Amino acid sequence: MTLAAWGLALLQALLYVALAPLLAGWIRKVKARLQNRRGAALWQPYRDMRKLFGKEARMAHTASLLFRAAPYIVFAATWLAAAAVPLVATGLPTAAIADVIVIAGLLGLARFFLALAGMDVGTPFGGMGASREMLVSALAEPAMLMAVFTLAMTAHSTNLVSVVDYQLNSTGMLRPSYLFALSGLVLVAIAETGRIPVDNPATHLELTMIHEAMILEYSGRHLALMEWAAQLKLLLYGALLANVFFPWGIAQGAGMGELGLGLVVVMAKLALLGAALAVSETVLAKMRVFRVPAFLNLALLLALLGLLSHVILEVGA
Amino acid sequence: MSGAVFVTVFTPLAGALLLVWIRNRNRAGWLNVMVSASTFAAALALALEVARREVVAGGGFRVDAFNVYLLVLTAFVGMTTSIFSRPYMQYVCATGKTSARGMRLYHVMFQLFIFTMLLALATDNLGILWVAVEGATLTTVLLVSLYRTPEAIEAAWKYFILCGVGIALALFGTVVLYFAAQHVIDEPAAGLSWSTLHAVAPQLEPSIMSLAFVFLLVGYGTKVGLVPLHQWLPDAHSEGPTPMSAVLSGLLLNVALYAIVRLKMLVDGALAATDTPYLAGQLLMGFGLASFLVAGLFLHRQRDIKRMFSYSSIEHMGLMTFAFGMGGPLATFAALLHMLVHSLTKSAIFVTVGHAAHIAGTQSIEHIRGLIRTQPIVGWGLLIGVAAIAGFPPFGIFTSEFLLLSATMQSQPWFTVALLVGLAVAFAGLFRHLHPMVYGVVPAGQQPVPANMIPVMVHLGLVLWLGVSIPVFLAHWLDRATGLISGGHLL
Amino acid sequence: MSLEHLTLLQQLMVVLAAVVLFTSFVLLEQARLVAAIHAFAWQGVLVALVTVIVAASGRHTHLFFSAALTLGLKALLIPWMLHRLVRRLELDRHSEPLRRPALVIMAALALVIFSYWLVLPIVQQELIFTRNIVAVSLAVVLIGLLMMVIRTQAVAQVLGFMSMENGLFLAAVSATGGMPLMVELGVAFDVLVAAVLFGVFFFQIRASIDSLDVDRMNRLTERVDEQ
Repeated sequence: MTLAAWGLALLQALLYVALAPLLAGWIRKVKARLQNRRGAALWQPYRDMRKLFGKEARMAHTASLLFRAAPYIVFAATWLAAAAVPLVATGLPTAAIADVIVIAGLLGLARFFLALAGMDVGTPFGGMGASREMLVSALAEPAMLMAVFTLAMTAHSTNLVSVVDYQLNSTGMLRPSYLFALSGLVLVAIAETGRIPVDNPATHLELTMIHEAMILEYSGRHLALMEWAAQLKLLLYGALLANVFFPWGIAQGAGMGELGLGLVVVMAKLALLGAALAVSETVLAKMRVFRVPAFLNLALLLALLGLLSHVILEVGA
Repeated sequence: MSGAVFVTVFTPLAGALLLVWIRNRNRAGWLNVMVSASTFAAALALALEVARREVVAGGGFRVDAFNVYLLVLTAFVGMTTSIFSRPYMQYVCATGKTSARGMRLYHVMFQLFIFTMLLALATDNLGILWVAVEGATLTTVLLVSLYRTPEAIEAAWKYFILCGVGIALALFGTVVLYFAAQHVIDEPAAGLSWSTLHAVAPQLEPSIMSLAFVFLLVGYGTKVGLVPLHQWLPDAHSEGPTPMSAVLSGLLLNVALYAIVRLKMLVDGALAATDTPYLAGQLLMGFGLASFLVAGLFLHRQRDIKRMFSYSSIEHMGLMTFAFGMGGPLATFAALLHMLVHSLTKSAIFVTVGHAAHIAGTQSIEHIRGLIRTQPIVGWGLLIGVAAIAGFPPFGIFTSEFLLLSATMQSQPWFTVALLVGLAVAFAGLFRHLHPMVYGVVPAGQQPVPANMIPVMVHLGLVLWLGVSIPVFLAHWLDRATGLISGGHLL
Repeated sequence: MSLEHLTLLQQLMVVLAAVVLFTSFVLLEQARLVAAIHAFAWQGVLVALVTVIVAASGRHTHLFFSAALTLGLKALLIPWMLHRLVRRLELDRHSEPLRRPALVIMAALALVIFSYWLVLPIVQQELIFTRNIVAVSLAVVLIGLLMMVIRTQAVAQVLGFMSMENGLFLAAVSATGGMPLMVELGVAFDVLVAAVLFGVFFFQIRASIDSLDVDRMNRLTERVDEQ
């Protein structure tokens, strides 16, 4: 493809990395407002990151090479997965790797190394966090794949960009399968990104940690990379939900006007999604860990119902 | 619209509305009898009219040779049961098994029950047929639990739930049938009219009709008591008051079977040109034979006298279903005759059993002994009744079973063996339990009771008459019904 | 008929039918009795909405009346009656979780697939756009049946029964554009009488066995160790 298209793809990838902390900051701000506080500034995550990069990365003496390498691997895998999801424009060269299974695989790779890193140092918190994370992901993956397959069956391709294009071209269609897939994916997104009611991103209590438990031993630049990867994952899921189900506004060509509009529209969508997430986090309480399987079974059920309604209701005999 | 139909069907409704206001038990009992008698008179008038005009139709009703004799039978058995129940329920109330409110509920629901059955029999609209059959279930549910014992409540709950579920499936079948009808019949209101559907049956889509029939068979078959959907029947028929058992066994099962046969006539017409033209008949034969054999075996295990006779009802309904399924003039005539004599005999037996339980103070077979010595009329009534139901000549059941066996030997010879075995098993079961009850050693202190055995004697007399020589007009009546159902005549 | 060829209103109907199926799953799994009654009420609302849309799409104007009847009966009156009964029976906080929820959900999904297969001969007759909804309505009926089999609490069994009736009504509306008004009135009357009788029964059962767990009513058997 043309150099301009590749440039655009690189720019979109950099945009992901740049915007991820902003989304996290926005969510925290909205939550603070809902709790009647002023809250930290929107740019606080950036300041935190700069502080962390400046600090020394201390490691336990039982840490192995894996412990050192894991932050980089996790960050790279998550970034690569995010780069494939259309944010501002479709039709970029990265569309070739935008297959959902590839994205799920890359996220799985990141999760694998995260869990290993948690167990690497030998603290009980890390092991506990790793096992809980595996429980959640073992149940969330089938639900996510099922929901995405429902979309794929309608668009006749598992490539995300094809799904987005299909949705753009068929305007004004109310599909029960999409409705169920959206509900299922929302639940899966909450579980995978570690938000309330599955996991509290701001806690360090033993009873309630999942993600935080695995990165407890990290400091300095390693911690910064891990946190950035988590924020990137959140942005990835947000972009997935916003652009696959409500893709209107996304740029289909490469003109400056289109791209500008695409950027503005996607930021507005993400702001809305972030606010909705903040509201739900304020309203709901975190579930006890043994109830998380029931939550994810609901997600799987919704995804299955989406698939069934596609076959039964949408496909003509 | 014919007045006779209207009067026949709606008299019980009017009676029920009147009985709501009557508090005096005595007067309620007599009013019950009078309303039932007038219903019977109207039914006879209707029968005469049908005999003259072949079909009486109009206003959503349709009375032809098939359902007119069932209407007369229902009204007749309703009348004799109301005559029996008048003193019997006085005794029940006096012993405190039920309250005055229970008595009022009983009388009102009795007439409503007769109303729903007559409505189901006389209507032309398949949707109203469903509503009436469900209504019949609803009116009897509270009566089964009238005595408020834990067993009665359990029986009523089972009855309600199982029949409710079955009937719901029948409604789905009706919807599917209506769907098939809509392609062929333009006017939406006529899509559920049996007469219209019968006329256009060959044009109805076969696969949809088969699907509808399966649901309808399962649905209405639950109410007939076909195995394996029969679980509610022994409980419901044994726990309610005796008059209830009599009418439930004698009449409601017939109405449900009538519904199935009407629908079978439609499905046969629709499937006639396909490669499975006998599907409906085969399904009926399968269910009927299974019910017949299983019920005969279960008879042996029973320890409660009314439960034993309920299984006998299931067995006979299975036999009738099998006969209707086989088709052909001989089997159909046998089934129609069997419907008639079974109703009369079974209701007579239940009345006698009510008296026997009264004498012995319990319904348990082990504790009922020596009836013939304590009160000969009850003992003899039970003995003759069981002989009749088991198929002894010269009673009517022997005649219908003999005709059925002949028909089976003609068309499906191997099934004759199964039928004979089943009949023998049931016979053995009934007499094995009956012998000690009638002839055993009388327990100390057993006294005769005031028993009204006239309805029993009338019923058994009729059954004897029908067994020895069927009157010509009845034979012609049944023959015309046979012609309607199976397309061929016997006489 | 494929989804692309339907108008927006008809697509909405398809979406509503799918959500009705979802509510029957919710009803099946819901452990708390009061929440189950609310789920049933929502199911009634959705079925009434579907009826309104079918009525508005032209041919069957008597369906507006049926929709109002369904709304009044299934979404308001019967849930209200059940609510009152639950309060009088002191079952407000009653909760009966399923013993094997995964198996139950799998069974329900199998029933959905089964009912789709069963009504294929109907679906293939593409005349009105609503044919596919018949599969969903039969699934709702069968899931109601499953609920009656699995639940041992009397009120929950009644909810399963009523949800069967909802499915039947949806089938009638979607396959045939509603049955003749006389029949629908009769059916609605029967349902109402059944609901009243169920109410009477709850009190009788409770007076007899002092609980509403119908599994405890098991005196009528043929086991030889009886009596």
